Order: sequence, then structure tokens, then C-alpha cells
Amino acid sequence: MYEGVIQELIDELGRLPGVGPKSAQRIAFYLLQADADQAKRLAEVLTEVRERVRFCEQCGNVAEAELCNICRDPRRSKASICVVEESKDVQAIERTREFKGLYHVLGGAISPIEGIGPDNLRIKELVSRLADPDIKEVIIATDPNLEGEATATYLTRMLSPMGITISRLASGLPVGGDLEYADEITLGRAFEGRRTVS
Amino acid sequence: MYVTKVKLTNFRNYKNAEVELSPGVNLLHGSNGQGKTNLVEAINFFASLSSHRVAGYTPLIQQGEQSAIVSLELAHLERELLLEFEINNDSPNRARLNKSPVQKPKDILGYLNSVIFAPEDLDIVKRDPTNRRAFIDQLIVQFTPRMLGVYSDYDRVLKQRNTLLKSARATGTKGDSLSTLSAWDESLVKLGSEIIAARVAIASKLSPGLIANYQKIADTNNEPRMFIKSSILGSTILDGEEADDSEYLESQDREEIAELFREKLMRMRPKELERGITLVGPHRDDLVLILGSLPAKGYASHGESWSYALSLRLASLEILRQESKLGDPILILDDVFAELDSDRRAKLAELVLGNEQVIITAAVIEDVPHALSAKRFSVVAGEITNG
Ligand SMILES: Nc1ncnc2c1ncn2[C@@H]1O[C@H](COP(=O)(O)OP(=O)(O)OP(=O)(O)O)[C@@H](O)[C@H]1O
Ligand SMILES: [Mg+2]
Ligand SMILES: [Zn+2]
Repeated sequence: MYEGVIQELIDELGRLPGVGPKSAQRIAFYLLQADADQAKRLAEVLTEVRERVRFCEQCGNVAEAELCNICRDPRRSKASICVVEESKDVQAIERTREFKGLYHVLGGAISPIEGIGPDNLRIKELVSRLADPDIKEVIIATDPNLEGEATATYLTRMLSPMGITISRLASGLPVGGDLEYADEITLGRAFEGRRTVS
Repeated sequence: MYVTKVKLTNFRNYKNAEVELSPGVNLLHGSNGQGKTNLVEAINFFASLSSHRVAGYTPLIQQGEQSAIVSLELAHLERELLLEFEINNDSPNRARLNKSPVQKPKDILGYLNSVIFAPEDLDIVKRDPTNRRAFIDQLIVQFTPRMLGVYSDYDRVLKQRNTLLKSARATGTKGDSLSTLSAWDESLVKLGSEIIAARVAIASKLSPGLIANYQKIADTNNEPRMFIKSSILGSTILDGEEADDSEYLESQDREEIAELFREKLMRMRPKELERGITLVGPHRDDLVLILGSLPAKGYASHGESWSYALSLRLASLEILRQESKLGDPILILDDVFAELDSDRRAKLAELVLGNEQVIITAAVIEDVPHALSAKRFSVVAGEITNG
């Protein structure tokens, strides 16, 4: 245990995902020894990000206005919606340049162990978006792991009575992984070869 | 294939130890609790990335330490291989093949085949289904390393599904409103069917060897047979909780198995919701061992049970040998001679002598037939020396 504020910093850092107690301590001491400007910039960005960034009211992607850049872009096709788990998956798919439609960010995947069920995801919002007759296809691009598969199965069963084409990314993605770790070529190919499931 | 060198760091009671082994028979001797079993456990670990005596990795790491390292040098024909595995308490395990890291730890599978005989083998015959499932599943992983991923995925789906069932029971959710349950059913059935099919296939592969070896060891006309008794068949539940009418499964066809699995799951749904656990699947199945016309469990004598267990291992050795591109599997006899009468000792010695490498442990050298005790190592308190 350190005294006062330094311990507070270590505790706060330790709460971040993927940061264990040892790394928290290393980061804290790094910040103490880094030049004052760097630490200050970090503090400012942290405050700013919380103030300025919010979530797109339509798709749930990160945004700096009511709607994100993608939803605001008039060149994007409104005929297809790609459903992903996180905003970072939007970035991964955008890098492939394969997809010209809009997104829907669920905010995770179904995982009873972690207490996440359909009600904790932005599924209701998805269903209301699909009332729009312009939408012809839903592409489910959840992670290629067990929780992503279960979420995809759940969505497919729920959405199929709505009469919209539902497709799933082609296999070939590294199984058990995260979408964001797939390289652009593999992901692009999975997109192109997507198969209709309902 | 044979092991030329074993190096252990913070593995069980070994701080830092190293031993060079030879092809042919190697005998490790020493009093109780010195580390003989720990050493062969380390070698056998590379066959299925699991211990032959505990589930989980924590007991393998020396008490008070955070990680253990096992490294093995193997020789096969002109080829040499170095396998290394680091078991970590707080971070992911890591493996290296010939000094280069492999992508996932399980990629180190498939380079070493081994068959271990141990006093615990008697549990396969005499005790609960868990022991028999562990036996057959470890063999499947040796044959098809990819299956290790199937087993761990299945365990995860099972955990997710059980959590869901448990909370549904707690909140009184009805089956039909539980639409997320069916989302897990698909993976449960897909992965589970793959496991069940693999078990049926390996059981039928083992059968001829089981019969032949049992006759050599036991000198009787009582024929051993084995079957997969599956929870996907029949109308109720296994484990004696309900009338036990599930049947033996003969199909190895994954589609057919999946179909039966799906149907049974639907039928068991109300019961599953009532109990809050998954009642159908390979985790509820058993490998039934029959001797003559009776089950071995609960009926076979002590001596017959030993003959059965030895025959299961010898049959495993034979099928691995037949299909291996790596020559004979490493044969490990951990403390078994002390358990056997002199007749079974002599027969076992005869059956194993020709194997490329045999590693034997014994507390009392005199228990080991003379022909097997040429090259000796002494194990004392986590130190291994020649002689
Ligand atoms: N994780 C661990 N850390 C430290 N010591 C351990 C650990 N696991 C096991 N041991 C110790 O290792 C010792 C040797 O065990 P091992 O089973 O290898 O003995 P053995 O030589 O085979 O004896 P026996 O002849 O009785 O079978 C035991 O005394 C046990 O307490
Ligand atoms: Mg022992
Ligand atoms: Zn948006």
C-alpha cells in the first residue's frame, strides 16, 4: 500500500479492463515520472472524452453528435444493417471497405455467466429500426466465439418472422476470437461470402 | 518415439531437476512421496495437456510458486524435438516447440503419444462414470488434438446454459418464454454430438484389443465388451435418478446423433427447468464395461477388475501404435507392479517389453520383474540420480 493519492491512482487504474495490480502500479509510476505535460494532456482528454463523446441515438456507435458519422453520411445505403457487438467492431469492418450500409451496435453478447441477457443489449432498438421498409437485409457480424454464435442464433430466430433477409458472416474467421483481431483481408472475405440464414 | 531428457522447474515437488532417459526400459525407484509419480505425470502431460490424476493445473505448480515449467526432449528416428510448457497461475499458459512459441498452448499437442498405467486405473472399472469419461476423453484428445478445443467449448456452453437454467428456475420463467435457451442448444448439440460420435468411434476401435489382451492376461472365456450409454437415448435421466432405461448408442454418425440429441433435449426441457441443470449430453454419459454377461462395475472381482483395466490400457497402446506416425507411444507403468499378483506381473512384463520406451516407477525394486529393472534411477526428495 502506498500513501494517499498515489494509491488512489493505482486503485483506479486497476479497475480498468485488462489492467492487473502489477500493471496498474507500473502505469502509475510511469505517469509520475513522465513530463508534467503528458500527464496533463491525458487528464484533459479523459475529461473531454466523457463530455463530448456519446452514443449514436440510432446505431449505438460512438459519436460526437446525436448521430454518428456513419448514420449522418448520405452516401451510405439504408438497405442493409450490420449488427456488431462493440463500436470497435465497426472500426474493424470499416477498414475492409466492403460494407456501405449502416450499423447497429448491441453493446455486447449474450452471456448468462456474466449476467448479460437480451434485455441488456440494444435489441429492442434494433427491432424498432427494422420497422423501416427501406431495410432489406440484416447482416449479423457478432464475434466468432460461443457467445457471439448464441447471440446470432437468438437474433436470427427472433428476426426471421419479419421477412427481412438475414445473413451471417462466412466462416473462415479465426474461431474463438474477436472480430477486431481478424485481419482486413480475412474479414473482407467473410463479408463478401456471407450466407443467408433466413 | 522416446524421451531423451526431462527438465522440471517448480513442478510439484521438483525445484529444479533434470534427467536423461534411454530407449528401452527405465526404472525410477525411491520411497513413497519422493516424486516418482510427479516425474511421469510431467511426461504424460504432453499427451493430452492434462494430468492423469487431477483435474486442473494448480496442483502441478509447486506450492508457493506462480509458475511451473516442464521441458521434454524427444527423439524419433533421426528427428529431435523439444517441447516446453509453462503452467501459470495468474496468466495464460504458454508453450514452445523447438524454442519457438506456438500460437495457442494446445498447439503443442500431437507430438507426444503416451499410455500410462497407474493404480488409479482400477477406478475406471470400479467407480463412477467420471473416471471412464476421463479415460476415453484423454485417449480421444491424443488421437485428435483438435478435440481438446471441442471439449473446452462444450464445457463453456454447458456452464452458460446451466447458469441460464438456474436463474430461470429462480425467477420461475416458463420454458416457452426462455428463448435464449434455444440459442445455446445449437452449440450444445453441435459440440456434444461431436464428442459423443468420437467416443462411440474410439470404443469400437478399442474393442478387439480389449478382448485379445483380456484373454492373454486373464486366461478365461469371459469376454469383455464396452458400450457408450448415452443420455440422448431413452426417455429419462441417467445416474439412477430416474428409472434407468437409456440404451447403448451404436451410431457414429454426427447428424444422426445430433437429431437424437435435439429431440431428447426438447423432451427433457420441463425437467431441466425444474432442476436448473442440463440433463442431456456427453457430460451425463457413461462408457459401460461388461464382462461376460454382467457389468464389470459392481460385479467383477478385484483380480478381474485389474485384468480389465490393464487390457483397456494395452488396447489403447495398440491403437495409438497402429495409427501413430511417431512410432511407439511412450509406455509408463506407475507403481502398478506392487498392485499385481506374480502371474499378472509376468504377463504384463511380457506384453510391454518390446515397446520402444518403457518408464516404470516402483517403491520396492523387487516388485518389478527382473527383465525390466536394468536401467535404474533413484528419486529422493525431488532429486533424480542414476543408479
Ligand atoms: N504442488 C506441489 N508442491 C509441492 N509439493 C508437492 C506438490 N504436489 C505434490 N507434492 C509432493 O510431492 C511428493 C511426491 O509425490 P509423488 O506422488 O511423486 O510420490 P511418489 O514418489 O510417486 O510416491 P509413491 O511411491 O507413494 O507413489 C508428495 O509428498 C507431495 O506432497
Ligand atoms: Mg507414486
Ligand atoms: Zn450511428
